[in-house]
This record gives sequence, C-alpha cells and structure tokens, in this order.
Amino acid sequence: MSNILFTNARLIDPEAGTVERGALLVEGGRIVAQGHEIGVPDHVEVVDCGGKCLAPGIADIGVKVGEPGERHKESYKSAGQAAAAGGVTTIVTRPDTNPAIDTPEALEFVTRRAQADTPVNVLPMAALTKGRQGREMTEIGFLLDAGAVAFTDCDHVVANTKVFSRALTYAKSCGALVIAHPQEPGLSEGAAATSGKFAALYGLPAVSPMAERMGLDRDIALLEMTGARYHADQITTARALPALERAKRNGLDITAGTSIHHLTLNELDVSGYRTFFKVKPPLRSEDDRQAVIEAVRTGLIDTISSMHTPQDEESKRLPFEEAASGAVALETLLPAALRLYHAGQLDLPTLFRAMALNPARRLGLEAGRLSAGAPADLVLFDPDVPFVLDRFTLKSKSQNTPFDGQRMQGRVLATYVAGKAVYRRP
Amino acid sequence: MSFAHRHLLGIEQLSPADITAILDLAETYVDLNRQSAKHSDVLSGLTQINMFFENSTRTQASFELAGKRLGADVMNMSMQASSIKKGETLIDTAMTLNAMHPDLLVVRHPHSGAVDLLAQKVNCAVLNAGDGRHEHPTQALLDALTIRRAKGRLHRLNIAICGDIAHSRVARSNLILLGKMENRIRLIGPPTLVPGQFAEFGAEVYDDMREGLKDVDVVMMLRLQKERMDGGFIPSEREYYHRYGLDREKLGLAKADAIVMHPGPMNRGVEIDGTLADDINRSVIQEQVEMGVAVRMAAMELLARNLRGAA
Repeated sequence: MSNILFTNARLIDPEAGTVERGALLVEGGRIVAQGHEIGVPDHVEVVDCGGKCLAPGIADIGVKVGEPGERHKESYKSAGQAAAAGGVTTIVTRPDTNPAIDTPEALEFVTRRAQADTPVNVLPMAALTKGRQGREMTEIGFLLDAGAVAFTDCDHVVANTKVFSRALTYAKSCGALVIAHPQEPGLSEGAAATSGKFAALYGLPAVSPMAERMGLDRDIALLEMTGARYHADQITTARALPALERAKRNGLDITAGTSIHHLTLNELDVSGYRTFFKVKPPLRSEDDRQAVIEAVRTGLIDTISSMHTPQDEESKRLPFEEAASGAVALETLLPAALRLYHAGQLDLPTLFRAMALNPARRLGLEAGRLSAGAPADLVLFDPDVPFVLDRFTLKSKSQNTPFDGQRMQGRVLATYVAGKAVYRRP
Repeated sequence: MSFAHRHLLGIEQLSPADITAILDLAETYVDLNRQSAKHSDVLSGLTQINMFFENSTRTQASFELAGKRLGADVMNMSMQASSIKKGETLIDTAMTLNAMHPDLLVVRHPHSGAVDLLAQKVNCAVLNAGDGRHEHPTQALLDALTIRRAKGRLHRLNIAICGDIAHSRVARSNLILLGKMENRIRLIGPPTLVPGQFAEFGAEVYDDMREGLKDVDVVMMLRLQKERMDGGFIPSEREYYHRYGLDREKLGLAKADAIVMHPGPMNRGVEIDGTLADDINRSVIQEQVEMGVAVRMAAMELLARNLRGAA
C-alpha cells in the first residue's frame, strides 16, 4: 500500500465543518495527518491537488446491484466502476434482488461477488423479512454474523404492524439497524405520481404526500414501543419533517435519508411522461423539495443517497404507469449534489456530512472523515468544471439517468480507497 | 389556413385559433354528412389504421366512418386480441405498424401518455382517441362544436361538467378546451370523484349538484366509469343517482334553455334520467354523435394536408 501526500488541496472536512487549504498525509491506507503544511517524508508519492477539493469518499446507502437475478442491468463490476468514477468509496447494497438477500448463504454470495469484482468497499444489507414478503423475519443474528450492515425490505413496506414490531424488537436485541421505507401502502398502491395539479393534468394515478407522513408516524410509534435502531430511507415531503424532528427530540434512535433526485428534481420534470424521471416515491412538489433541502442543511435529514436503481431500456420504454421505477445515480450523485452548492443552498462540508460522514457514522464505520486514523477513502474533485451529461458515457450497465443532456458542474478527478487510486479521470 | 401540428395528441397543444379552425372545417362536413352522397376524396390514397388497445364501439366506428367518407383506406386493429397478449411492447407494435407506412394512426390506450409515447416512434400523423385518464381531444372538439351550434357561441358560457371527473379523460380535455375558449367551468361531483386539485385549473368545484347547476348554460354529464374504479368511491348507484343523477328537478335550476350533453355510453338511471336523455328539446346527445364524425373528418383532413405538404 502506497503512502501519499496530498498537497495544495481544498480540504473539505465535514466533521469540523470547514473548507481549508492544506495537505493530507496517507500511510498504510489510513490518514495520518492533516494540516496547512506537512513536510514531505521519505518514500511517499506527492499528489499536487492543484487547489481542487479533497473530501472523504461518499458512503452511499441503498445501491441496487443486479446480482443475483438481473446482472444484465448492473453487475458488481460495473457498479464498482460507476461508484469509483462518482467518488463513491463505499456502496451499501440493497437486498431487493431476485431472489432477495434473505439468508446468510445469499449474503455470502454477494460478499464473494463484491470482493472479486469491485474496487470500492461493498457493505451488504439484508432483507428484514423473508422474501421481503412482510410475514416472517429473516435470520437477523446469522445475517449480522455474515456481514449484513442493516436490514431492510427496501420499497416493500412491512404492512403488518405486528410483524414489523416483532422484527424491530428482535433487531434491537441484536443491535441491528433497520432501514424502512416510510409510506402508507394503502394510499400509495398503484401510484405513479404525487397528487397535485400536475398529476391531475397528466391523468396519472397519484399518491398524497400525506402517505409518507402516515408511514413515518407509524414507524415512530413502533420505535417508542421497541427502542429499535431505525433509519428512514427517503424522506421527501415537508409534511413528514415535523414528525421526524419530534422523534429525534424525544431521543428515539432514528435517522433519516433522502435521495439526490428528490433534492434536485421536482414533479414537473416528468412532463411529457418521461419515464427516466419515474422514481419511488414519486418526485414531489417544489415546496417539498425546498423543505427537504433545508432539512439537510439543518441536519434534520442526516444522509443523502443515490438510490441507484439500474433499469434496462425495455423496462423504461413503456407508458408511464407501466414503466419501472428508479434511476441510476452513482456517477451523477456528486455533480447533482453540487447543484445545491452552486445554488448557494448547501455548502460543501454540509454536503459531505450528508453523503460521507453521517452514513458512515450510522453504520458504525470509521470512514467519512479527514481526521488522523480514518481510512484513506477520498475523493478529489473540481466543483466548478462544467459539462453536459451524455448518459451513454456512464459506466453503469444501465443508463437510465434523468440528467441525460443536462448541464452539470463539478467532476471527480480521482477516487481513492484505503489510499489506493481506484479511479483517475482520463 | 394552416394547422401547425403533426399529430392531434391533446387539446393542451392547441391554440384557440386551431380549435376554431377545426370546428369551422367540421361545419362543412356536417353539411356533407347530411347529404345522400357523403363522399369526399381528400384522404384518397392515404391509409388510416385504428389501433384500439381498449374496447370502444362508438369512437372506433366514428373514426372509421370519418376516414371512409373522406376516401381513406381504413383498417381496424383490435389490439387486445393480438400482439400485446404475446408480450410485444407498445413501441415494438408501433414500429411494426410504422413499417407498413400508414398515414394516419388513430390510437386508444388504457394508460395516460401512451399515445404520446407512440407518436414519438412513428412517421405518420397520430390522433389520440383517448389515453388513460389523460386526454380525448376529438371528444372535446365534438362537444365544442355541439355547444357552438346550440348556443351560437363558444365563449362566456357557464358550463357544468358533472360526475366522475377524476377518472375521465373527457372531462380533462373539455376542461382545457372550454377554458381556452374563455368559458366559466364548474365541476360537480362527490369529492371522491372530483379532487380539489381541479380548482387549480380555474374551475369552480361543487359537491352540491343543486348549487352547482344554478344558472348554467350547458350541463355536461359524464359516464360513471365503473370499470375504472378500484372500489369505494361512492356508497351505491342509487345514492349516486339521488345526489348526482341529472333529472328534471335538478335541471330546473339551470337556465331555462340549458342543454344536456353526455359523451356516451349512458347509464340510464345512474347518472341521468332516461326520459330526459331522450328529450329532444333539452338533450343534444344524438347531435354529439353526429358532430363526432364531422369533427374527426376535419381533424384528419387538417393533419393530412400537412402530410401531403411534406411529401
């Protein structure tokens, strides 16, 4: 493992909340020193950052890889390359594969595939219930031993409250983190858009944003009962925020994330029935988007994820209602997030707090920081360089990005995992 | 007069001048259709394919007749029976048909936006014959022509649209068209079928039919789309008829010369009283059917002119 001295960098330190010119010394895969001036020790490679930004690598909770079942949509190899090119140094994979990752054996398969093919860290999540059916809990203890970092049925809500409360109770006894999709399934079933003027005009079946609050309210009540460790995968509406705020104030072990698409796009982007903008939950109103940005700024929403969901052309080239949900985002997460920086809404330490520090903390990882002792998972990027995204240049096997043809600003120059360069912009 | 559209996908894309142009041309076809020799050759040599992914008798017959009277070669394809059952996607079906070089494609599909999607993939002119809950432009145009002939104008009228607005593409297209022509629109129905968001389109929303019908010039009833309902929007048909069915007593609150419309097919005794529907002094329901053929002839002629211009 090489030793590197990064000089002349803008160091984005989400822990300290600072952006400072300086240098960073990496030895043995870990950060050993950060400072304004660091003398060049022997036997180190010096990387002159040229005044560009150096930040902790992104830890992305909720990445879908198509293995097993849909390898043609995304393999561990392609997902790893996309992650590296996007400055994502840790991908936390979803168990909503086919079949679901709901046994230790299936989890071992994922771990093996990931180790063989992926240049970035892969941490697998496991299903909370068998087959994500919401009936019986999985072997949470064995799955933890096998390396599961969290338990989630992804976009399947465990509708049976008794089943969910027992799973939370059991997970709590194992110290496991449960990640849920807060949504009232009775209201959201069949919906392709958020109810409002737009959905009414386009004649799309729609769900009220209230469904998210109702789902969150239920889950919070169950947390009061069980004391479990809980993370809401995506909070996307203004109405859910007061409930989240109260739950945190009351000391429940709750955190929440949101997706990059809900932070940067709104329901009007779907106009013309563009299925690449169909995500789950559906894109929201501009008022909701602004409220969610503000919640990330204040820290009420802890994490930002790509919710990377590869879909092939066939599953998207359908009438809007029939088309599959989801968008790829590993490579566009950082440039899209930088839109919020360039718009003056979120500064760089806040963005990396939500994309690197907080997700790592929630999973109990040492990464996500620029402090001595942390793993040298780093992203070097130029926040200002403009480009127009061509989706066919993406490294994912699927190119279903809503940002195709859009002007973006900010590009990854290099990505390091444990001090080793896994990506360098050609 | 030019009609600057390649397709007729919705009313939303049309200007008031476009709408007037279609209606004016349709008037000439109303006259033609009432003669014994009803034939014209403005579409001769052109191929019209009617692709219906959803059951329809009336609209399909109307489009077929319109095409035949204008001299087109018309083919009907019932898509429920064919390729989708074999797993072919909408776009593949469209590409296959496109390779047969049709000139006019008339499409109905159960999903909103499906006709727009299909129109992006073919070279011919596409007419939307109804997509999901989205639009049904020729229905709104024929309704507009009917109103204009009965009332002598198509602006500054008080028009009530009653019933299942939420699931109705007819309501959406009419709301857009009548709004563009500067009429006052009231939407009447139970709140489960008339979501409050429709107020944002500049319509007034009423859940009390008696209040909503006061002094209106036009009462447009909608079919209670039973097949569209997931269940539980209304307690029962009889309660619906009691509160929202159009009968003489409720119609008495509208203007004395108010006309009654219905896009068909009707559920007599559910949304409308049967004898009222048949009353030729108040109901223009049969005239709507007649105008439907004329409006579709006009729309196809205007699109065909562009096709020939491009050739």
